[in-house]
Amino acid sequence: MKAIVTVIGKDQVGIIAAVCSLLSEKNVNVLDISQTILQEFFTMTMLVDTSAATVPFARLQEDLSGLAQEKGLDIRVQQEAIFDAMHRI
Amino acid sequence: MLNQKDILSTIHMIDQQHLDVRTITMGISLLDCCDPDPAAACRKIYDKITTSAEKLVKTGEDIEAEFGIPIVNKRISVTPMALVAGSSRTNDYVPFAQAMDKAAKAVGVNFIGGFSALVQKGMTEGDKKLIAAIPEALAVTDVVCSSVNVGSTKAGINMDAVRLMGETIKAAAQRTADQGGFGCAKLVVFCNAVEDNPFMAGAFHGVGEAERVINVGVSGPGVVYHALQSVKGQPFDVVAETIKKTAFQVTRMGQLVAREASARLNVPFGIVDLSLAPTPAIGDSVARILEEMGLEVCGTHGTTAALALLNDAVKKGGVMASSSVGGLSGAFIPVSEDEGMIAAAQSGALSLDKLEAMTCVCSVGLDMIAVPGDTSAATISAIIADEAAIGMVNTKTTAVRIIPAPGKKVGDTVEFGGLLGSAPVMPCHTGSAEDFVARGGRIPAPMHSLKN
Repeated sequence: MKAIVTVIGKDQVGIIAAVCSLLSEKNVNVLDISQTILQEFFTMTMLVDTSAATVPFARLQEDLSGLAQEKGLDIRVQQEAIFDAMHRI
Repeated sequence: MLNQKDILSTIHMIDQQHLDVRTITMGISLLDCCDPDPAAACRKIYDKITTSAEKLVKTGEDIEAEFGIPIVNKRISVTPMALVAGSSRTNDYVPFAQAMDKAAKAVGVNFIGGFSALVQKGMTEGDKKLIAAIPEALAVTDVVCSSVNVGSTKAGINMDAVRLMGETIKAAAQRTADQGGFGCAKLVVFCNAVEDNPFMAGAFHGVGEAERVINVGVSGPGVVYHALQSVKGQPFDVVAETIKKTAFQVTRMGQLVAREASARLNVPFGIVDLSLAPTPAIGDSVARILEEMGLEVCGTHGTTAALALLNDAVKKGGVMASSSVGGLSGAFIPVSEDEGMIAAAQSGALSLDKLEAMTCVCSVGLDMIAVPGDTSAATISAIIADEAAIGMVNTKTTAVRIIPAPGKKVGDTVEFGGLLGSAPVMPCHTGSAEDFVARGGRIPAPMHSLKN
C-alpha cells in the first residue's frame, strides 16, 4: 500500500534523517521525496510503500506522532488514495 | 508522484478549512422484525441493529485514521418505525424508540433515525400511534430521531397530518422544556422526503432500499468559503466555476470514503449526499459563503440568488465526482448550526420570511429555528403547510425542524450544544391561522404531478 508522509515544522538539523531512520526501522520503503522551505517552514512530502512494513499502519502512525512530538513537528501519514481522489481525475 | 502543492492543499483543507466527511450512515431494513408481540418485535429490532452495525463505528474510525480525514458522525437509519410497529398488538410505540436508542448506544453511533411515518396521503392506525408517541419517545431517548412526511408532489399535502404535527411539536417542546425543547431538534416534518438521506434528524431507510446500505454525507462550507476568497470581485461565472471545482474535490473524497466503508463492512454502497452542511464552528458556515459573494449580511436582498447559485454549483461539481448521488444534495441552512446564520438572525437581518424564500432554491427547509414558546400549534402547522407547499409545487424536498422554545421570547437564545449549536429565538407572524389549519383534509397535488 502506498502512503504519503508529510512533515511540516520549524527547520532544524536532522529532520529527514530522523524520519527516514524511523521508516527504515519499520521496513517502509521511501519511493520519492520532495522538500522545500515554505515561509521559513520545513515542508516535506514523501511517497512511501508500506506493504512490507513490520508494523500495522496504525502503529506506524503512532510512532511518527511520537517523533513529531519529540521534534516539535507536524508529521502525518495518510493513504495515497485520498490525494489521488481529490487531485486526479 | 503527486504534486506537493496538491498534497499540502488537501492537508490545509482538513486542518484549517474544516473539510470532513460529515456522516457515514448505515441504512438497515427492519421489515423482518415485525411481530404481533411488541416485546418480541423490540427484541428483534435490537438484535438486527446491533448485529448489522456492530463494526460501523470501528470501521469509520479506521478509515478516518488511515486516510487522515475526519469522519464526524457514524449513524444508523432504519425502516420507518410505523411500518414495523404497525404489526404489533399495542397502542404504545415508545418501547420501539427505546429499543432503537438502546441498540444505537450499544454500537456507539451518535444518532439513529427512523422513528418515522409516511402519511402524505393518509394515516394508518400505526401511523397515528407513532405520531402520538413522538413527544414521549423523544423525551425518554437520547439519540433517536423522528420524521414524518406530510406531503408530496404526487399526493398533495395531508392537512390532517399537518395539524397533528403542529400539536406534536408543541407537545415535544413541553415534554423536553427543561432542555429548551430539545425534543424538537430531533423531529423533522417533511414534504417529498427522500429514502436515502444520510443526514439527521430526517434520515430513514426507505422501503425501496436494500437490506443494508452505506450512505455518506460530505461537507465543506469552509473549503468553498476559502476558495471564493481567491476570486474576490470577479463575475459570477468565475464564482460558479470555483465552487464547482471545490465541490468536485470534496465529493471525490466522500466517494472514496463511501466505497472504502462499503467494502470493509461488506454492505452495498448507496449514495453520496452532496450537501454543504455547516457547523457552529467559525469558518464552517454557509451564511459566510453567501456574504463572501458580496452581501453585507446573510438575509439581505440578494441572499436567495446567491444561495441558488451556490446550491446549483455544488451539485454540478459533485455529480461527476460520485458514481451515485442522492439524499438531499443541496446546501443546508440550519440557523442554530451555522455561525453566520446565528449572527444574521441575532442582528435581525435574517427573518423567517427570508429563510422561507431561501428554501425555494436549496435544501432542505426551515431548519433548526427557534420561535417563541407561546407560538400556537396552529401557527406551527401553518408554517409547515407553507413549507410543504413550496416542496410540493417545486418537486423538491422541504422540511420544518422548528423549536417553540418553552418560556423563551424573541431575543433569547436556546443552547443545544455540539453540532446542534445555539438558536436565537426568531419572531413569527402573529396573525392567526387557526381556522385555516382546523379545516383538515387534503391540499390536492399540483397539475404538474400528472406526468403519466
